[in-house]
Amino acid sequence: MVLQNKEFHNLQELRHSASLANKVFIQRDYTDGTVCKFQTKFPSELDSRIERTLFEDTVKTLNNYYAEAEKIGGQSYLEGCLACLTVYLIFLCIETRYEKVLKKISRYIQEQNEKVYAPRGLLITDPIERGMRVIEISVYEDRGSSGSSSGSSTTSSSGR
Amino acid sequence: MSAVMITRKVTRKWEKLPGKNTFCCDGRVMMARQKGVFYLTLFLIVGTCSLFFAFECPYLAVHLSPAIPVFAVLLFVFVVAMLLRTSFSDPGVLPRALPEEANFIEMEIEAANGNVMAGQRPPPRIKNVQINNQIVKLKYCYTCKIFRPPRASHCSICDNCVDRFDHHCPWVGNCVGKRNYRYFYLFTLSLSLLTIYIFAFNIVHVVLRSVDSGFMNTLKETPGTVLEVLVCFFTLWSVVGLTGFHTYLISLNQTTNEDIKGSWSGKNRVQNPYSHKNFIKNCCEVLCGPTYPSVLDRRGVMLEDSTRPTPSDASAASTYKSTNPVSQTTKSSAPLIPNEHTPEEAKPSIGAGTQKSTSSPKEEKPPSPTSPNAVAPAVIKESAH
Repeated sequence: MVLQNKEFHNLQELRHSASLANKVFIQRDYTDGTVCKFQTKFPSELDSRIERTLFEDTVKTLNNYYAEAEKIGGQSYLEGCLACLTVYLIFLCIETRYEKVLKKISRYIQEQNEKVYAPRGLLITDPIERGMRVIEISVYEDRGSSGSSSGSSTTSSSGR
Repeated sequence: MSAVMITRKVTRKWEKLPGKNTFCCDGRVMMARQKGVFYLTLFLIVGTCSLFFAFECPYLAVHLSPAIPVFAVLLFVFVVAMLLRTSFSDPGVLPRALPEEANFIEMEIEAANGNVMAGQRPPPRIKNVQINNQIVKLKYCYTCKIFRPPRASHCSICDNCVDRFDHHCPWVGNCVGKRNYRYFYLFTLSLSLLTIYIFAFNIVHVVLRSVDSGFMNTLKETPGTVLEVLVCFFTLWSVVGLTGFHTYLISLNQTTNEDIKGSWSGKNRVQNPYSHKNFIKNCCEVLCGPTYPSVLDRRGVMLEDSTRPTPSDASAASTYKSTNPVSQTTKSSAPLIPNEHTPEEAKPSIGAGTQKSTSSPKEEKPPSPTSPNAVAPAVIKESAH
C-alpha cells in the first residue's frame, strides 16, 4: 500500500503514472457578498490525502489574493477615473490591477501544485478556468496500486 | 521528439461556446444575436451628429466660438466609444458547468433532498445563503446546471447566465451585466449630454440665424436642423429618463432586474444586502470598482487535436492579451485538465500529447469508472446542445 516516492514526485510523473479518480469542488462563500471568496471547509474526500492546515492555507491565500484584486479603494478609483478619461483606451497598453493579481494567483497555484499537491496525488485547477465558481481539485490515484492512500510521510517530506 | 504540426485552422473556444451569442473578430467581439436595433442606435447617433457638424457647426464656430464643435466632437467620440464598449464586451457571462461539476452539484442536491416518493415532484432547487446577515435564495439554473451566484440571472435571449444581470438591452445589442454596466451607464449619461447639447445649440443656431435671415430662410438653408430637433426631442425624454433611473439604481446598488422583480422592496422582503447604505459608497463601487476579467476564455485554443498546439497557443495568447490575461499562464500550470473534456476524452490526448516513446498503449485505457464518471456521458449529451 505504500507508494514509491518517485511516482508522485512532480507534475510530469503525475501525468504519466496516475489516473483521475475523482474531482472535488470547493464552492464559493457568499457570506460577505458577491466578492470572490471560497469556502475553507475541508472536504471529507481529501481527508486521507492532505493535511487540513495545508488545504486551508491554500484557500485562505487565494481568498486574500481575490480580496486584494477586488478591493475598492484609492488605487481602484484612480484606475477607474484615469481609464474613463482616456475612454478606456489605456487598457490596451496597461494591465488592470485585477489582471495583475490573476497572474499572481496563477503562479501561486502552479507553485502549490508543484510543491504541495502533486506529491500527494492532487491537482488544483485555477478557478478562472471554471468561471470563478469553484476550485476544482482533481484526485489522482496511482495506476499500479489498488490502494488510495498516498499521504505517507516519506512522500510529503520529499515533496517539500 | 518531433512535433507534428497540423496545418489546419486553429479552433478557438468561442466557436464552441453554448449560448446564442455572435462573435466577431475571432472572438474579440461578443454580441447578442439580434443586432438590428444596435445598428439603428449607431445610425441615429452618427447621423444626427453628422448633420450637426455639417449644418450647425460652421455657423456656430464662426459666430459664437470654435470650442462648440470641438466639445461636440469630444462628446461624440466618448458616446460612440462607450456604446461600442458596452455592445462588444462580455457582460459577465458565467460559463456552463462541465459534466463533473454538474454531477457533483446533482449529488449534493439529491443528498439534501433525501428520498422523493415516486410520482411526487421533487422540491425546487434552491440554496439559502446568508449574505451580510440576510437570507438570500440562490436558484438552480437548469440550462447552465449551476446554482446561480447572487445577483446573477439567466438571459433567455442570449441563453447565458450573466453575473450581476441588469437587463438585456436591444439598443446596444447585448446584455448589461457586471462587466459592462458602468460603460452602459456612461453611455446613457454622455448620450443625454450630447442630446441636450445638440438640441440646445440647434435652438441657439436657429435663433441667431433667424435674427439675420428670418425663420423660414433659416430652415431652408439648414434643413438638417429640423431632423436633428425631432430626433433630439424624442431621444431626450427616453435617454434622460433612463439615465435618471439608472442613477437611482446605482445610488441604491440595485439592478434593473432586482427592481423589476421587487427583490428588495416590500415589507416582508429582505433588505438589499449589497447596499452600503451610503449613496457615495454605492456609486463608487459601481462606477469606480475594479474592472472584472472575463471568465469566458473566448480566444483560448481548443485542445482537440492529438498534438498540443503550443506554438499557436503562445502566439494566439500574445496577440490580444487584454482579453485573455491568464490563458497562457494557466495552461502551462494545469495542462492536463482541458476545459471541455471529460477524463475519458482527455486521457488519449494527454497520453499522446506528451510524445514520449515510452507511453504504452495501456496508458490510454480510460480509468475504471467511479460513480461520477459513469454518469458523465449522459450529462455530456445534455450540455453539448
